[in-house]
Amino acid sequence: MGYDTIVCVKQVPDTGNITGEAMKADGTVNRAALPAIFNPEDLHALEAALELRERFGGTVTVLTMGPMGACEVLRDCLYRGADRAVLVSDRRAAASDTLATSYILSQAVKKIGRYDVVFCGRQAIDGDTAQVGPQMAEKLGIPQITYFEKLIDIAGQTIRIRRNVGNGWEILEGKLPILATVIDTANEPRAPAAKRAMRFKRARCRGEIIADVAKDLPQADAPAKQAEADKRAEAARKDGVAIEQWDLDDLKADLKWCGVSGSPTKVHRVQSIVLTKEGFTSIAPTEEGVSKMIHELIVDRTLG
Amino acid sequence: MIEPNPKGEVWIFAEQEDERLSETVLELCGKARELADKLGVKVGAVLAGWNVRELSYLLIAHGVDNVYYVHDTRLEYYRTQPYARTVCELIERHHPQIVLFGATALGRDLAPRIASEMRAGLTADCTDLQIGSYTDAKTKTDYHNLLHQIRPAFGGNIIATIINYDRWPQMATVREGVMRLEEGNPQRSGKIIEEKIEFSDFDMAIKLIERHREKKKVNLKAARMIVAGGGGVGSKANFKLIHELAGVLGAAVGASRAAIDSGFIGKEHQIGQTGTTVRPALYIACGISGAVQHRAGMEESAKIIAINWDKEAPIFGVAHYGIVGDLAKVIPMMIKAIRARG
Repeated sequence: MGYDTIVCVKQVPDTGNITGEAMKADGTVNRAALPAIFNPEDLHALEAALELRERFGGTVTVLTMGPMGACEVLRDCLYRGADRAVLVSDRRAAASDTLATSYILSQAVKKIGRYDVVFCGRQAIDGDTAQVGPQMAEKLGIPQITYFEKLIDIAGQTIRIRRNVGNGWEILEGKLPILATVIDTANEPRAPAAKRAMRFKRARCRGEIIADVAKDLPQADAPAKQAEADKRAEAARKDGVAIEQWDLDDLKADLKWCGVSGSPTKVHRVQSIVLTKEGFTSIAPTEEGVSKMIHELIVDRTLG
Repeated sequence: MIEPNPKGEVWIFAEQEDERLSETVLELCGKARELADKLGVKVGAVLAGWNVRELSYLLIAHGVDNVYYVHDTRLEYYRTQPYARTVCELIERHHPQIVLFGATALGRDLAPRIASEMRAGLTADCTDLQIGSYTDAKTKTDYHNLLHQIRPAFGGNIIATIINYDRWPQMATVREGVMRLEEGNPQRSGKIIEEKIEFSDFDMAIKLIERHREKKKVNLKAARMIVAGGGGVGSKANFKLIHELAGVLGAAVGASRAAIDSGFIGKEHQIGQTGTTVRPALYIACGISGAVQHRAGMEESAKIIAINWDKEAPIFGVAHYGIVGDLAKVIPMMIKAIRARG
């Protein structure tokens, strides 16, 4: 018994802590100025899944799409308690908009197979679109409950969730499976567990193992590198510290719906924010300065 | 997905709750009217609910030509699937070229579900919409009269213009409060077209068990003047100055995220990308440095006064009046000057 959940997580540039110019001179985003972090609301999605497992049993599988570096957030999930981690990584998935991304992730969910609830963070801080969750639910043909704030009840195949809609809340009931997008007031994400961190810091996806081998055995020929990589991958699997890595072929994804061709929205233009300065008046912090300003505002009817 | 259809209407989703249109809807009407006039087409609105036909007249007064009205008890309260079914079905029937939603909690739940089913493009949280052209860099094909969907990205550090030339309708959610609210004309005429939608059991799979709505206590959007405090106010005690100045002016009190995180005031006062977007006649920013996230929520204000210790603070870049100084001294001076007027 118990409930099996899949949690979609994303590694995002930390848009709240920009350390330099957000844009390069050529107009592209300067990712170097943006340190990569775990998308904040996805931590709440993970916590919701872990709490469900603690109360009822079941499994928690975490899923992400991205370059190999995104394994960082998967390892973080393992430290916090996830049972299984899956990376979807494929160059052909690059430049996917939310529609193509939701298609690819829904294919990965189908490949994972059994699940009762898919949890996503409400939105990612790099795009703030909040679109991928609902679009995945549609692609999976299951209901969505956005703005998950509290699990009210779950019994058999029936779930009751309270969602927060900003100016109030509502309790919805549905039959599993469903997809829920989680907001940051839902829970307090647990910290990584030290013991688990010790164990899972070695967790690697296949691509990372190949990169490790290339670094460790720079002199070895290709077959030797291959053999070493196979050996390490097998050891990781036996040890339970393998991160599964799938490409679009593994997902049996229709390439027409992935990457550029699967993305109806195109970026036409990108501009860095430039502050506009027109008609600026500097006012001295004195009685006289302030009262002159107030007078001007009365004259132009701003203060009426 | 529907084929590009340059004769199609410009649609808005007329979000309503408890027989009232959401505030964003009338803002969308004005923008949709402007876009439709440029394209030489009509404005349509999807109005769904139970006994809300009356709302059609308000939509028509604000520029809608055709109201597609779906009257069904099952649509009395919003639930994602039956509403998505309704809009998808109507898109299939009438082939609008553009469909706009408010970027409200409801709009951001509904629009992606529809876009996914239609396999159409959707741009979230637009702050501007225009009609323009696009040349595909690879094929050198020119596209004209496309919807330019303009939105901040990367936490407000960049502004992106998004287009969707082949998989229509062109869909966007529009941030609340950024489009100008035009005055309605009750003399305008338009049509109300009643539509029937079939629902499946799956459409009705989610049941609404309980529902609670709070009365909005703080109405920043309707305020003609706003006095806002930031982290630079320094303490909850100092924040009283903000309330005092607001009291003298009859203004609403706003805050930046830093002030809320410091516990000076509640979250419902937040202005900025994650809070409310406002465009009052006067905005007084006190001790607000002016991070992009905050500026995105207030820079459209008609007049901006910034008071800050730091003369390099970015808020001065969008201000009309800048006072470099200690707000604990400057605010009392302002209160005195306002009391002394006329």
